[in-house]
Amino acid sequence: MAEAEAWITGIGIVSCLGEGPDAHWNALNASRPQADTNTLAPYIIHPLAPVDFDKQIPKKGDQRQMEPWQRTGAYAAGLALDSAGVKGNTAILSNMDMIVAAGGGERDLAVDANIMTGMPTAADPGAWLNERLMSDLRPTLFLAQLSNLLAGNISIVHGVTGSSRTFMGEESAGIDAMRIALSRIAAGQSSIALVGGAFNADRPDHLLIKEFGGYNLKDTFAPVWDRGPKGGLALGSFGAFLVLEERSHADARGAKRIAKLSAVLSDRSNRKPGQVSATLEQLWQKLAGRLKAGSHAVITGASGAEPATGEERAFYAKHPDVPVRASGTFIGHADEPQFAMNLALAALAIGRGTLFPPCDESGVERPMQGSLAQAVVASVGHAWGEGLALVEAGP
Amino acid sequence: MPSTKDKQKRPVVVVTGMGVVTSLGAGKTENWEKLTAGLSGVKTISRFPTDNLKTKMAGTVDFLDVEPYSTAALSERLADLASEEAVGESGIGKRGDFPGPLFLAVPPIEIEWPHRLEVAAASRGNASVGYADLLREAATGKFAAMHDRFQLGSVANTIADKFGTKGSPISLSTACASGATAIQLGVEAIRRGETDTALCIGTDGSVNPESLIRFSLLSALSMWSGEPGAAAKPFSKNRDGFVMAEGAGALVLESMESALARGATILGVVEGCGEMADAFHRTRSSPDGKPIIGCIRNALNDAGLTPDDIDYINPHGTGTPENDKMECLGVTTVFGERASKIPISSNKSMVGHTLSAAGAIEAVFTLLTLRNERIPPTINYKVPDPAIQLDVVPNTARDAKNLRHAISSSFGFGGQNVSLVMGLEPA
Repeated sequence: MAEAEAWITGIGIVSCLGEGPDAHWNALNASRPQADTNTLAPYIIHPLAPVDFDKQIPKKGDQRQMEPWQRTGAYAAGLALDSAGVKGNTAILSNMDMIVAAGGGERDLAVDANIMTGMPTAADPGAWLNERLMSDLRPTLFLAQLSNLLAGNISIVHGVTGSSRTFMGEESAGIDAMRIALSRIAAGQSSIALVGGAFNADRPDHLLIKEFGGYNLKDTFAPVWDRGPKGGLALGSFGAFLVLEERSHADARGAKRIAKLSAVLSDRSNRKPGQVSATLEQLWQKLAGRLKAGSHAVITGASGAEPATGEERAFYAKHPDVPVRASGTFIGHADEPQFAMNLALAALAIGRGTLFPPCDESGVERPMQGSLAQAVVASVGHAWGEGLALVEAGP
Repeated sequence: MPSTKDKQKRPVVVVTGMGVVTSLGAGKTENWEKLTAGLSGVKTISRFPTDNLKTKMAGTVDFLDVEPYSTAALSERLADLASEEAVGESGIGKRGDFPGPLFLAVPPIEIEWPHRLEVAAASRGNASVGYADLLREAATGKFAAMHDRFQLGSVANTIADKFGTKGSPISLSTACASGATAIQLGVEAIRRGETDTALCIGTDGSVNPESLIRFSLLSALSMWSGEPGAAAKPFSKNRDGFVMAEGAGALVLESMESALARGATILGVVEGCGEMADAFHRTRSSPDGKPIIGCIRNALNDAGLTPDDIDYINPHGTGTPENDKMECLGVTTVFGERASKIPISSNKSMVGHTLSAAGAIEAVFTLLTLRNERIPPTINYKVPDPAIQLDVVPNTARDAKNLRHAISSSFGFGGQNVSLVMGLEPA
């Protein structure tokens, strides 16, 4: 049986660069990264640009039930549905499948600090912890922390109810969400799907997890390829959702097909030296036969964390004729939504037939001559998980 | 030879291995004995102090040695144990070389209080301690292991490494429907022809103070102050909430063609999966019951069956006033006049609500029910609810011949609903 084609028919993106395709495209072409070295100094983050959440989440009550990561995601999901022209279309939304890639939600930092401070002097620490949590935690905070409640909020705010699944697991969750959504469409198990995620970088608790492993970029900002031997990732706040749609479903409703999602491949190497670049090469070889010389490029979610980014750099060194761009230099690194974001940026580039200019003086990113017809989106998780996707222009 | 394709010409998906761990014990044998004897695994919490808590009981799994405890560590151990049983029974692949992907339903992994306090204590030097202090301490590199432990994908990574599953392992959450979603993802992958087999697991070891308090603050938990084993009272008029619990269920799914080819014992068939999300409220079901009704109907349609074909229902049956009322509405609507005649019994009355694991554990118990021709009861059913006119198999297990098809439903916070239709032979 011939596989059905899956097309990107909706893009919803919001980040430090602003919201929507044009804001992102213009900022990428201006080659001016935006990073915040003050708010959580010495750590560097890419905070969300100011957003009027009312535009996509009209009820204040809904906004109050969400913490920033969920609001960002519900907002980006709304942008994607608008972009696809299906917002409010109950017939389509009630059959729309949804896969969200999500981490955990915000903690109440003041409650945590109060407990950490008081615990050493508490007469009965266990009883005191219970007492504090019982009285200090907001009942609704849990719902803002639950991984699957971003999807739940999207159902409530936008009415997407065909199905709802949440994948967890950092960068890999974002890759596999796209892989499964594409596989289902290709096999006729789904005709339209909303896929993506969101991340809030302005959270010391997120920084803490990364800091345990020594992954954070500190003090001085530099493009992801140029962060020295220790490397470092700068967390970025963003939300990114795509509407993926089976070709005939899109055509039947007169939707604009932005770009074709032809393949999503994922794997998990054991991260011994050389294994990341070897895994990327194996995945690349599965796509190589479909790539047209001179008209393809890589858009990667390279984080800047070492040794992952170093291995990725080594892989590209073996493909010197392929132009490479790292969006992380501009928008930072967000575990779960970065793959969806880079697919969105790839679709934008394909739609415009051109790649944005390099933003790197280390030699990895080089100018592209000629037009762009195919983009390979790459992901190398900061600690595990690798993936590639192929986005193409098409008839 | 039976057809290995279903009515929609898709590969028939069978179960060739099952494993289970709950508060009742480890393994199918012990669980089945206790389940059909109407025993409860719910007990007074001993893992941590319960002073100042409104709920002091849970279906904890205390017989595994997991030190130091964390949700991640216990969930991993539970998944490991259930998978050992399931993969061993299926006899598929070689040890450490499972020939298919992993779909793991797991609670969201996060840093917990003992670990946060350990780092806080190490950072001491200030009268007050905040995240800046934790960050400064984390930067020493002394707690590097906590990075890996508290990745949301960490449990799946460990299980994938141990069992040698193929490809990128998927960790998923649809809240209390997670275990059923894991099975659904496996069914879909086999139907697509991507793989002959999949390891589908639901696991949950999250009885810790903050998790318990979170559910308590949402008024979701039973505050029963009597004997702990009597706390979970699904479908009773005096039901007052669910009881948190721990456990894991694991299923080896396989295409029927593959199972027959290697001469494997077929334990049952996953005939259909249905889902429908609820857009009404974060913790409450739509008052018209449409998502639950649609979810069950979607599963029946996917299986190519009608309501008349269903002989047993394994409900979500949490024992919260809201769930049981809405589930009764859904079942009554879908099954019509037959609704009151189909046995419907809640495993949660005995093992408690195992959250992310429940859908997988109850899928295992559902197939055991069909295979053993014996229906585990809904225990603690002392005060019938006149608004719920269902045959809940009250208090005592019941023999039942010729159970052909069963449906197992799971409904999660966040409006994520999944139903599975299972049988012993292809529909």
